[in-house]
Parts: sequence; structure tokens; C-alpha cells
Amino acid sequence: MNADWPYHLREHKGTLLAFAAFVVMFAIYATNHPAGLNANVATTAANKGVPLAIVAMAQTLVVLTSGIDLSAGMVLVLANCVASSIVVGTPLMTALGVLGVLLVGCLCGAISGLIVIYGRLQPIVTTVATGAVYYGAALAQRRVPGGDVNATLADAVTGPLPGGVPASLAVLLAPVLVVWLPFRRSAIGRAAYAIGSSEVAAYMSGVPIRRAKFVAYTLSGLLASIAGLFVTCITYSAEAPAANGSTYTLYSIAVVVLGGVSLFGGLGSAVGAIFSALMFRTIGDLLFVFNLDPIWQPLFQGVVLSAAVCLGALRLLRVRNRLDLYG
Amino acid sequence: MLGTIRRHIDPAIASAFGCIVALLLLGSLYSSSFLSPEYLLQQLKVASFLGVIATGAVIVILLGQIDLSVPWVVAVGSMMATAATGWGALGTALAIPVGIGCGIGLGLVNGLGVAFLRPPSMIVTLAVNAVAQGLMVVHTGGFSAQDASSPAMRFIATGHSLFGIPNALLVWAVVGSAAVFPLTRTTFGRVVYAIGNRERAAYLSGARTRAVAMTAFALSGGLSAFGGVLLAGYASKAAQAMGDPYLLPAIAAVVLGGTSILGGRGNYLGTVAGVILITLLQSILSVMQIEEFGRHVICGVVIIAMLLIYGRGRRHSD
Repeated sequence: MNADWPYHLREHKGTLLAFAAFVVMFAIYATNHPAGLNANVATTAANKGVPLAIVAMAQTLVVLTSGIDLSAGMVLVLANCVASSIVVGTPLMTALGVLGVLLVGCLCGAISGLIVIYGRLQPIVTTVATGAVYYGAALAQRRVPGGDVNATLADAVTGPLPGGVPASLAVLLAPVLVVWLPFRRSAIGRAAYAIGSSEVAAYMSGVPIRRAKFVAYTLSGLLASIAGLFVTCITYSAEAPAANGSTYTLYSIAVVVLGGVSLFGGLGSAVGAIFSALMFRTIGDLLFVFNLDPIWQPLFQGVVLSAAVCLGALRLLRVRNRLDLYG
Repeated sequence: MLGTIRRHIDPAIASAFGCIVALLLLGSLYSSSFLSPEYLLQQLKVASFLGVIATGAVIVILLGQIDLSVPWVVAVGSMMATAATGWGALGTALAIPVGIGCGIGLGLVNGLGVAFLRPPSMIVTLAVNAVAQGLMVVHTGGFSAQDASSPAMRFIATGHSLFGIPNALLVWAVVGSAAVFPLTRTTFGRVVYAIGNRERAAYLSGARTRAVAMTAFALSGGLSAFGGVLLAGYASKAAQAMGDPYLLPAIAAVVLGGTSILGGRGNYLGTVAGVILITLLQSILSVMQIEEFGRHVICGVVIIAMLLIYGRGRRHSD
């Protein structure tokens, strides 16, 4: 038995709680669903949850460095609009189009990152401004809703896999394996956590602060563009209302916090954020399962969010010294 | 002598006002009507809606917090005021206080959450925003609010009083002075700045940090709702999403005016400059018939460019 398991348990507490909450919510959802849990129900639920889950991963990367990315939703909208124009045609053209969309995402993240690092502006203000620019670019790309996407690709990633597992879960798993885990285990990833814990201490210890921040912001843009690409595959088209982008941004912040990632940085995991995003979407659909008027859905989500905030305050009961309340 | 003057002029505020003048001059090259008093007064009238909302935002930001509940508190203010108008004579008379009161209530919930539950203000205000949205959706049954705004609301938002000055501008002037006085001349203001600089130190020196934080959020909620009341008067009816375009411009205006987003540093004059700058920029761009996407891009670039001039943080080696 490894002797440091209490430490590991504490570190992964947020992730485990988010996972447990998701399992409970999904069990309630699935057992009460009028059609029962079949491949179609699972696929629809997964398709709804995956875009938010990927944006939540994007948000996590930046929040870990004690930053925040208010442009994540706008990068999603931009990727959505770009994808609806270039992810079409022959398999080769489609592949190049996908690559192009991902490049746009990386570029957006990199621009925000460079301004935060070399411009020394606060992340929250920087990403508000870059978000406006990205949204403008999305509008320029698609002034009216429309566009198209390679139907074979879209059907493949939004349908069920052989065996009934939703293909979108594979889409979700890929960035976890290709982006998150390598990041978490690399020196750069550790540097990102170190910056979030204490930037001054990290600087004094010779941690590559600029490189870590740059990688975090760029990967965040990349992930947001993957989410945008996936949204295109679900809707077969693109549109650019500002409300779409800001809703994704704001939900991603809420979901990241529910998933145990500290907004002050240095604590939490993208896996927790993913489960909390899936849980959040499941809760949103619970009303539908219980056949209540959908008019109550926004209020219900708000109340759930408030309840989570209040539950988070339970940690205050353990505070021995009132000074610990004030950072 | 020159030194004292220079010390009293904040470079951020000077640049913001300089930028306003430069914008007007640039605009006048395009059309001389940009310098006409009618155009300027019209712009100041439009700016006063954002100005009232940004007044709440600046108090909360000076505290080192942020209020993301602006969009739906604005909507609550406008929709409750118009709903009250529908209740007959008494409701019509009380429309404005009812709208503002609902905003203060939501602001108090924000303040309670931030002061006592101690999560980051961003997440508390997001939750309150979501609840406010839910309440309004249930209230209207998912449709746009049907009630029209009361004559008093239309009067303060669109009317003109002495010398043709728009009433909305006078309202902003009153709200602004009512905010500057407590921020600069009272204990409340000192404590707001102290908390923004270092909350622990403010608490240890005996300041009532919780009461001040709650007051600040209540003010912010009330002012956002008041902004909503004005907007409803201006448009003569309320709409669900009417607050959405005000959250980010309000934050941008505060920050462009040289207030630190981390709190504790900045003043109201800068916010006034920021509000006018943003309103003017949007107006000039739309008069020049720049398409919507271009307006978004230019606004984003201008915000970053101006902050790169005077809003930069310190180096690690400092």
C-alpha cells in the first residue's frame, strides 16, 4: 500500500466528487427516461455534453495558471463558422479543413497568451478584448447562419459506435489522451500548476513561466476549436450569435469550479471539469425526463449552481482561524 | 509647479480623454457633424445608460471582486419596473423604485454569498445571474415582457430639461456624484480601497469588511437595475436579453479608465472617460458604416492597444 494515499485522495477529491455526482445524476436520468437507456438516448445525451466538456477542459488549462479565458466561447463560435466553410468536399479536403480549424484555434489561444505574457495585461481583460476580435472574425466568416460540413465525418462522430457506445465519447477521450495527460505529466504542465500556486515562487525557482503560460493558452485555444468543430458536426451548419459564445464561456467557468478546479489556480484536473460538465448537462435534462414544463429549466439550473456554491462553503466549517478566510 | 500638476494627472485618464479627443477629430475629418453639440449630447445620452451600470461595476472592481450578474440584473430591473407599471396607478408611480429595489435585493444576495460563503465572486455572481434569468423566464412564461414602461421612466430616459440637456445625462451626473462622494470622502470608500489592496490587512485593522462588501454588491445590483429601468424607458418596453450587451463594455470601460481589475487602484473620473470612449467609438464606427464584424474587431484591438500603453503589470524582476 502506497503510504501517501491520503495526499493523493485530497488532491483528487474534486475530481472524484464530480465523478460521483455525475454517476448519480446520470443514473437518475437514465432510469427515469421514458425510453430507457438505449444507444440513441446515450448518444443524444453525450452529444449534448461533449462540447461543454471540451470547452471546460480548455478553461481548466488556463485557470490552472491562475488565469481565466473569457474568449473560450468565442473561439468555439469562430471554429464553428470556419469549419462550416472548409470542412467539406473530398476526404483529403476535409482532413485539411479539420487541420485548418485546429490551427485557427491554436492561433487564437496563442495570441491571447502572447498578450498576457509579453503585454503583461490581466488575463480577464485580455481575453474579453481578444474574444471581441474573434467574435468579429466569426461574424465576418458567416454573417447569416448556414454553411455545410462533410456529412460522412459528421455522422461518424455524432452517431453510435458499433456496440452502442456514443462516438462523441471517443471524441472526448482523444483530447484527454493526446492533450491533457501529456500536458499534466510534462515539465511544462508542472510549471503551469506551480505558476497557479505561487507565480513569484515559481519565478524564483526558475520555472519556465512564459513557456508554460504560452502552452496553456495555445492548448486552450486548440481545445475550444475542437469543441467548435464538434458543434458543427452536430448542427451541420454554423451561426454566430454572441449569446452562444458567452453562454459557453460562462458555463465553462461554472463547470470548472464545480469540477474542483480552483479559480485561484494550481489545483484541480481537467478530468474533474469534464465530469462536472457532463453532470451539468444531465441536470439540465432532468426536468425533461420528469416531464416538467421546460420553462423552469433556466431557474432549475440556476438553483443547482447556487446550491453547489453553498455546498462549497462547507469547507468554512473546517477553518480554525478567521484570518484564513482572507487571502 | 509643473511637477505637482503632473503628479495629479493620472496617465491613464489623460490617455483616455486624449483618445476621446483624437476620435472626435478623426471623426470630424469624415463628417463635420461629429463636432456638433446635438451629436455630442446624443452620444452622452446613450453613454449615460452604460455610465450608470459601469458606476456599479467600478465599485465592485475597486473592491477586487467582479460582478458577472450584470446582464440579468439589468433585465430584472427593466422587467420588474415595466411589470409594476401594469399594476395600475400605484404601480406606475412606484415602477422605478420597484425595479431598483429588485436589483438591490439580487445585489444583496451576491454580497451575502461573497462576504460569508467566500467562494470567488465570479462564481457567486454567475449563479445569481442564472437564478435571475430563471426567475425572469418563469415570470414572462418565456415570452418577451408585454408591459410598457411608465411615463416617469420614459421621462428620465428620453426627456430633455434645462438648456436641452438630456435627462439621462443628468441622471448619470447625479448617480456619478453620489458615487464619487462616498468613494473619496467616507470611511466606506476608504475601506473599499483597503479591501481591494489587501483584504486581510483591512480586516485586521478593524474595518467591517463584510458589511462593506455587501453594501458594494448591493449598490452594484441597484445601479445595474437602474440602468435597466433607464433602458426600458429609452426603448419604452423591456426585453429579456437587453442586459447582455452591457456586461463586457462595463468592465472594459472601468479598465480603460485606469482602474486595476485586481482592485484597490483607480477612480471614477477614469470610468467616465472609459464609458464615453467606448460609446463614442461604437457610434463613430457605425456612422462610418463599418460592418458589425469590423466594429467588434476594432473595439477589441483598441482596448488591447490602449491597455498596452498604460495598463501593464509589473515585471517579475521588479
